[in-house]
Amino acid sequence: MPSWIAGVAKGAASIVVTLLGLLAITFFMGRMLPIDPVISIVGEQADKATYDMVYHRLGLDKTLLTQFLLYMRDMLSGEFGEALFTGNKVSVDLARVFPATIELASFAIAIGIGVGVPLGILAAVYRGTALDHIARFVGLLGYSSPTFWLGLMGLIVFYAALGLVAGPGRIDVAYIDMFEPQTGLLLLDAAMQGEWEVFGNVFRHIVLPGSILGYASMAYISRMTRSFMLEQLGQEYIIAARVKGMSRWRVVRRHALRNILVQLVTVIALAYAFLLEGAVLTETVFAWPGFGRYLTSGLLAGDMNAVLACVLIIGLIFVGLNLLADLLYRLLDPRTR
Amino acid sequence: MIILDNVTIAYGQGHRRLVAARDVTLAVPEGAAVGLVGESGSGKSTVLRAIAGLIPYSDGHITLAGKSVGKRRTTAEKRMVQMVFQDPYGSLHPNQTVDQILAMPIAIHRLDKGEARIAKALSEVGLGREHRYRYPHQLSGGQRQRVAIARALILEPSILLLDEPTSALDVSVQAEILNLLARLRREHGLTMLMVSHDLAVIAHLCDTIGVMSRGLLLETTTADAMASGEVVHEYTRQLLRSNAGFDRSSVSAGDLDISAA
Repeated sequence: MPSWIAGVAKGAASIVVTLLGLLAITFFMGRMLPIDPVISIVGEQADKATYDMVYHRLGLDKTLLTQFLLYMRDMLSGEFGEALFTGNKVSVDLARVFPATIELASFAIAIGIGVGVPLGILAAVYRGTALDHIARFVGLLGYSSPTFWLGLMGLIVFYAALGLVAGPGRIDVAYIDMFEPQTGLLLLDAAMQGEWEVFGNVFRHIVLPGSILGYASMAYISRMTRSFMLEQLGQEYIIAARVKGMSRWRVVRRHALRNILVQLVTVIALAYAFLLEGAVLTETVFAWPGFGRYLTSGLLAGDMNAVLACVLIIGLIFVGLNLLADLLYRLLDPRTR
Repeated sequence: MIILDNVTIAYGQGHRRLVAARDVTLAVPEGAAVGLVGESGSGKSTVLRAIAGLIPYSDGHITLAGKSVGKRRTTAEKRMVQMVFQDPYGSLHPNQTVDQILAMPIAIHRLDKGEARIAKALSEVGLGREHRYRYPHQLSGGQRQRVAIARALILEPSILLLDEPTSALDVSVQAEILNLLARLRREHGLTMLMVSHDLAVIAHLCDTIGVMSRGLLLETTTADAMASGEVVHEYTRQLLRSNAGFDRSSVSAGDLDISAA
């Protein structure tokens, strides 16, 4: 068997085992929680017959292992069950909340990369100068300020006082019926349908939470970029390139930046994964109907169907991004081939 | 040739100003090899980097091949002075093949006959065609240092600066690289200035040795005088004592085979 096939098979097997382990741990821990999902549905005033009927319908009279196997069977056929706290199928709920988070996270990571990487590079190249100090201070502030606090301050200043941005939520009610969402990514949908008024409204909603999350990502990405760049700029091959007569910025672009790409890709992938996992507090402050809020609501209601589906998706995100980072490593760094 | 006339090199400004080398005066005749020895932080590498134009000097004059060079170097001046570094692992771009590494200086200086230059440079340092498309991590330490030397020579410089080029190598490989440098110096008439903390290494390649401490060039003497302990400055005596076991004859006894590192 060729080595690359063996490598792919090994990688796929480890992914399956990881996800299976993740689901098993979450499932059994969930069942041990002192929360009764039947009560969540029927209420505390329900009679015993109703309680027993729902208890049986949820399959709670079976052994834990049987419940887990039945859950796995349903999950493999794409059925995550019903979310008790919304009354919808979990898959329907996820199709609604996940694009909201993808849109917010993508907006934030674009800011994180667009500002963080150049800032980190400049800070490293001009190490010890005022520019470096400012970049580090800005980064430290982003690192140490809680995003929910920044969110509240942002709402007070930019929404309540200045009126520059829209308030909480993804879109104003007046615009909801003006277009037909296709992908669930409202900015994209509005742009594709040429609804620029809607686009403007959605943008005014996303710009504040997106910028606040983007600021946090930017802080992380710029600090890491600075650190990676400093390490590379101190290497002798960089000095050798300068001795050859290569200009400073060409050395930075073609040599140093090229060699930090692998590390940078990993950092960005992780930052994006954390954003996708759910910026719970930011989503709560901005009433953003996203994944983080859905997961938290599910947890508080003891709704294991919703929680397990969310855990599986978080696991898939991390495994997927790790896989992507691994592939990029192989592509960008000949030492890993 | 290289002439340093009262060269002072300082980092930082105001109360943070740190003088790394002060009033250094040194002459390296054309085709000669001069060594600079001294402990870490003595300023020897700083002097080398100032000659290469990597860091500015605040006072004095540097003359290279009869021409006074300023703080900003022209392309021709950059081509004239090349440098080999200490770490054969860190001095080569990790994501480029040997071919790409050698092609880079040719592209920067827009030289013709790139193909022939690369083949010649590899052959001169004892590397074969099979090494040309390898990455640095696929080479041994000695082979990497040969690539670094080839990269320096590909621009046909008249001056070669060597910043501890053997300190990261095994002793046997050190001798091979030193023999290679000695041969290249003879064949190309290179003017060499070498920095090392190892007196035996310096004595193997250089006829004249300068001793540096705390940014000052304390004395300049010959390798023979150094080997026989005929030195003026007390610091140099201490340096000799710290290099106990230094025996020039033991390292220059024979030409080692340099065909493979």
